Amino acid sequence: MTTTPVTTTTKTLLRFATAGSVDDGKSTLVGRLLHDAKAILADQLEAVTATSRERGFLGGEFDFALLTDGLRAEREQGITIDVAYRYFATDRRSFILADCPGHVQYTRNMVTGATTADAVVVLIDARTGATEQTRRHLTVVQRLGIEHVIIAINKIDLLGYDRAELERVEAEVEALAVEIGLEAPHLIPVSALAGDNVAETSANTPWYSGPALLELLETLPSKEENTADLEPFRLDVQSVLRPQGGLAPGLDPEEYRDYRAVTGQVTSGRVHLGDEIDVHPAGIRTTVVGIDTADGPLESAGAPLSVALRLADDIDTARGSVLAAAGTLPQPRKELRAEVFPFTAEGLRTGDRVLVKAGTTTVKGIVTVESRRNLATSQIEDAEVLAGNDIGVARVKLASALPLADFREHGRSGGFLIIDRQSGGTVAAGIHAPEEE
Amino acid sequence: MSIDHAPLSTLDVLESEAIHIIREVAAEFEKPVLLFSGGKDSVTVLHLAAKAFWPAKIPFGLLHVDTGHNFPEILKFRDETAEHYGLELSVAKVQDYIDDGRLRERPDGTRNTLQTQPLLDAIAAGGYDAVFGGARRDEDKARAKERILSLRDEFGGWDPSNQRPELWNIYNGRHVSGEHVRVFPISNFTELDVWSYIARENIALPELYYAHEREVFNRDGMWWATGEFSTPREDENVIRRTVRYRTVGDMSCTGAVESDASDIDSVLAEVAVTTVTERGATRADDRISAAAMEDRKKDGYF
Repeated sequence: MTTTPVTTTTKTLLRFATAGSVDDGKSTLVGRLLHDAKAILADQLEAVTATSRERGFLGGEFDFALLTDGLRAEREQGITIDVAYRYFATDRRSFILADCPGHVQYTRNMVTGATTADAVVVLIDARTGATEQTRRHLTVVQRLGIEHVIIAINKIDLLGYDRAELERVEAEVEALAVEIGLEAPHLIPVSALAGDNVAETSANTPWYSGPALLELLETLPSKEENTADLEPFRLDVQSVLRPQGGLAPGLDPEEYRDYRAVTGQVTSGRVHLGDEIDVHPAGIRTTVVGIDTADGPLESAGAPLSVALRLADDIDTARGSVLAAAGTLPQPRKELRAEVFPFTAEGLRTGDRVLVKAGTTTVKGIVTVESRRNLATSQIEDAEVLAGNDIGVARVKLASALPLADFREHGRSGGFLIIDRQSGGTVAAGIHAPEEE
Repeated sequence: MSIDHAPLSTLDVLESEAIHIIREVAAEFEKPVLLFSGGKDSVTVLHLAAKAFWPAKIPFGLLHVDTGHNFPEILKFRDETAEHYGLELSVAKVQDYIDDGRLRERPDGTRNTLQTQPLLDAIAAGGYDAVFGGARRDEDKARAKERILSLRDEFGGWDPSNQRPELWNIYNGRHVSGEHVRVFPISNFTELDVWSYIARENIALPELYYAHEREVFNRDGMWWATGEFSTPREDENVIRRTVRYRTVGDMSCTGAVESDASDIDSVLAEVAVTTVTERGATRADDRISAAAMEDRKKDGYF
């Protein structure tokens, strides 16, 4: 791998998250990735080296955790509390790394990092194998439908690069993946400390024929690259654009007198000029006659582009409307069956009156908890209350019908927030799962 | 016209994300305002806002906290830019607070931390419930932790250990009266992304960002402009050097770097191979401690 710096004008972007604890060597792995991708600048390295020395790290070694654990409380406690975002680039790609906490009580922050990720790297200590925490991390990424799951089996140097030992750990991890329902995770044996199979494949593991971690990250398709042309078009309307409050500088008022467009970021799929679309909640079919951006009109736009669409008919569209390729709009429902991830100590219970924010709409809802996933056994158990950091299933009755997509089939357009009506805080994540699995 | 089905570049994705955020906030908040200093990051946010609402004009105003130690070139650029977009510009002045005794000058003469109170007062007086800023996560390790929509309590404080989860691209800006939300649309841009974007979009910047000759003196390894607010001590020699600024803050806390990069392409080339972070290179305010930014943010700073 080379890291000739080039600008980001033409490179593609991959967002990935790392999950694991300090004990698994997560900070070392993140530090190693950044270091080997030459993303740590001289003054950062100097600061970290100086602090490492103060903390008793000897002989020029340094505590990689100091690079990523940016909060006072984190450095004092030696743990990651919240997601830290890190940025680096290789010749092939730009990366956004969401470095997530491993501890159970910060699962909400891991969910934050994972929902925007195309890939998640879960770290395991090769000596201990999969732990209860591994089970939790893999369950969360599986339930959140993360496209690419990479399990990095770390500290293989401490196993003496022993192939048989590693195969034993791999078999255990694969069995766990099957139990959890995780399809074909990538397994990579690494040593973050020694740099084996992190940026480059290692001579210490001649029996490993797969790619190094960074090579894999460089070649994985992002969510949009993977699905933009397969998924049906959908756009959640953010606003109606009418230049009545005045025009942008330099525009001719005559030309834009009757301008009207709806704005939004393409949630999924691709829209072309002339495409027929259905509009919720108007229930009307119309045609796209303009795809506008400040740089000029487009002939088509795929996710996640932000655009302004002009429609053939002057129909009732406003913030919260949903546009979808003709015939593909999900059935609007007044009751959602959802998998939920409560975040707060209060958890989620039957009878809770909440707000549901999906796409660009917020509606009132009432929660009925149905079941809880036992993370130790992956079994589903009846429940009326979910505690913080549980995963469970709830029905949410809504004040007005929403056309949410099935998360298992269409990903992000089936995700929503559950918001406390009084504090306004986000108390749970929900994913629309209309059918039992 | 774009080429059909070509994968979007990093800049396209980052631009779309920022436009989405700006539109969300404009739609959901009563009275947003954009913090505009004339620095490259706030200029970039303003450019993105213009694109988000095109062909309409930007539906909110600008706010600047003037420390009284700003480069005059920057203030001129600030005023001309506001005028170009036809936007109302409010200015909160640290000098007013010092003049009437609400704030006291610090012994070291820097005014960076003094901005917090005028900022919070201006937010309260303007009734702003959402405040756009140009902070980026790659700038600093505390900023690396902050959400895109970041809640501020009644005192303007940030609680880093209890941040709201931020899921998919659905932002929750709910808050109670007295609280407000800071919004960082270019959170995910790096310094190189910002410069690449400025080059691609041909965005006008204050001339300070490009190499120019200037009278400077060296202090703590940084080049300081001579001026009313940064005067050399007796042992510091004033010389003429070709320099440019990587960040533009106060004259009293922002240093220049030696550079021949006099246009956007050469700046871009320089940034691409830099070995020192922009804040570490040129900001005295961030050299105070490892948690300097976190402490200022908890206090209500940008």
